[in-house]
Amino acid sequence: MMADPIDNPPAARPPADEALVREIAEQVVSALNLEVSPGDIDPRAPLYREGLGLDSIDILEVALVVSKRYGFKLRDDDQENLRIFRSLESLAATVAERRTK
Amino acid sequence: MRTGPHPAAAEGNLPLVAHADPRSVAAWRRGEPVTAGRLLADVRRAAQCMPEGGHLLNLCADRYAFSVALLAAVTRRVTTLLPPATTPAVIDALRGFAPGTGFVSDNDADLPDLPRIPLAFSAPGDPECGTVPLVEGSRVAAIAFTSGSTGAPQPHAKRWGSLFRNAAAEARRLGIAGPGHAILGTVPPQHMYGLESTVLLPLLSGAALTAERLFYPAEIDEAIRRAPPPRILFTTPFHLRNWLESGTTERLETIVSATAPLSEALARETEARTGATLLEIYGCTETGQLATRQPTVSAQWHAYDGVRLREEDGCTWASGGHIEEPTALSDLIDIDPGDAGRFHLRGRAADMVNIAGKRNSLAYLDHQLAAIPGVVDGVFHFPEEARPEGVTRLVAFVVAPGLTPEAILAALRSRIDPVFLPRPLVMLDALPRRGTGKIPVEELRRLAARAASSRLREDA
Repeated sequence: MMADPIDNPPAARPPADEALVREIAEQVVSALNLEVSPGDIDPRAPLYREGLGLDSIDILEVALVVSKRYGFKLRDDDQENLRIFRSLESLAATVAERRTK
Repeated sequence: MRTGPHPAAAEGNLPLVAHADPRSVAAWRRGEPVTAGRLLADVRRAAQCMPEGGHLLNLCADRYAFSVALLAAVTRRVTTLLPPATTPAVIDALRGFAPGTGFVSDNDADLPDLPRIPLAFSAPGDPECGTVPLVEGSRVAAIAFTSGSTGAPQPHAKRWGSLFRNAAAEARRLGIAGPGHAILGTVPPQHMYGLESTVLLPLLSGAALTAERLFYPAEIDEAIRRAPPPRILFTTPFHLRNWLESGTTERLETIVSATAPLSEALARETEARTGATLLEIYGCTETGQLATRQPTVSAQWHAYDGVRLREEDGCTWASGGHIEEPTALSDLIDIDPGDAGRFHLRGRAADMVNIAGKRNSLAYLDHQLAAIPGVVDGVFHFPEEARPEGVTRLVAFVVAPGLTPEAILAALRSRIDPVFLPRPLVMLDALPRRGTGKIPVEELRRLAARAASSRLREDA
C-alpha cells in the first residue's frame, strides 16, 4: 500500500454531507452495539471520552468497518489521527476525502 | 528445582541486556537497526538525567524510548511502576504509595500530575557503549499493580533476577537463542504481557525489539514487511481478530496471543492464513508468565521450565522457575494428575472479568462506584455473552437519586480504565439485595435482560 492517501498533501476539505454523516453514524452504532440511535449523535461532539464515550477498542472496530466500507486504511503514526476521530463530522470529512469506493 | 536461599539472592549479578556483541542489533526503529552499543549509550545518557533511587512512571509509547528509560531506571536503582491505568484516581494512589514518583514520556499527550523527569538520548556522534552493565538479581526493577478486591491497587515487586529468568524461559519456549529474531507487538509495554514479551524478551535473550506500537491493521502489515525474518508478533485475541478481518495477506513465522483464551476456530484460521505457528501464553501480573500451548495441536498448557502447579484449599498455586514465592491463581485449573507442569484452564474465578485482554475484579469496580459522592448503592455485572474474540461490556446498576448517569460516568472515567466503563449504566430506585447483602447473580441477569429489552422497545 505505498500510495496511502495520507501521503497526499492536505487539501481543502469538502464539507461533510449530511447523508454521509448519517450513514457513518449508523455504522458506528451498529458496529459497537451502542445505546444511542444514530440520529441522536451530535455530529460535532467528541467521539471519545466525554461525548460518545468511545475508547481505543471502539476506535479499532470503527476503523475496521470504515476501511472495509470505504476502501482506505487508517494509520496511527498519521499525525491527523486525533483529528479524524474528533467528531462524526471530521470522520465523515476524512471518508469523503480518502474513500476509494 | 532450587532449594536453599531465596533464588534472587543466589544468582548474583546479571547483565542489563543479553547482547554480548555491542554490534548486534538490539532494536529496529522505522526499519533502521539500532545496535546494542547504541542502545547502551542511550541508556547511559538517559540515566545521567535521572535522580538516584525512587519510583518512575514510564509513559513512553515508543517501545525503544520505553526500553531506554526502563534500563536507565534499573541502573539508577529507580523502580518502574506499572499501574493498571493512569486515571487521576490511580495517579493519586501512586502518589500515596510512593511519594515523589516522577514520570517520563516521549510525547505530550495525557500528562499525569507528577514531576516530569527529562528523557535524553545520546547524540549520533557520541561513542557507543562497549560494555554491558551488571545488575544484582535482587534489585526490584518494577512494581506491577493488580486492581485487587479491596479498592486499593495491590503491588507486586518484580526483581531483575525473576524478570531475567522469565525472559530466559520464554526465549527457550519460542526457540530464541541469541540474535536473529525481530519482536513485534500490538500490546503496550506498560502492561506485564507487553513488558515481558515485547521489551524484556528481546533485551534479555539477545533478539531485537521493534519500536513502533502497532495499532491499526495497516501498521501490523507494514511492520511485518519491514522486519527481517524470523519475526514473532505478540498480540491479543481482540487485536488478532481485528487484523485478520482487515483482510491481511501478510505471512510470518510466529504469532503469540495472550491475555484471554483464543477460540480454536480463530487459531486455525490464523495459522492457515498467515503460515505462522500460533502459540498462546498463560500468565498473570502476580506470577509473570506460566505456560504456553499451541491450540491447534493441544488444548493442554505446558508450564515453563521449573514451574509447578498444585491444588490447595480449593485454589491452584504456582511455584518454581522464575516465580519468587508460591502464588494463588485466580483461574479455575485442572492439573494433569501425572504431571504438575501440564494443565487445562476451565475458566476464571467468579469475581474476575476480562475485557479485550484487560483484567479486573468486580469487587474493585464496585468499590470505585461506591466511592463516588452521591452514589447510594451500585453493582457491576458482566453479561455472559458468547462472543469469541468480541468485546462484551459491563453493565452497572446504580442507585443515586441526586445524580445523572452522565455525572456518574464522568466520575468513573476519572477512576477506572475506560474499557470497564458500563454500557449501559442503569439507574434504579434500589438494588435487589438479600438479607446477607448479596445480590443473586440470577437477579443481575434478570435486570440486565430487562434493560436490554426496554432498549429494544425504544428503538422500535
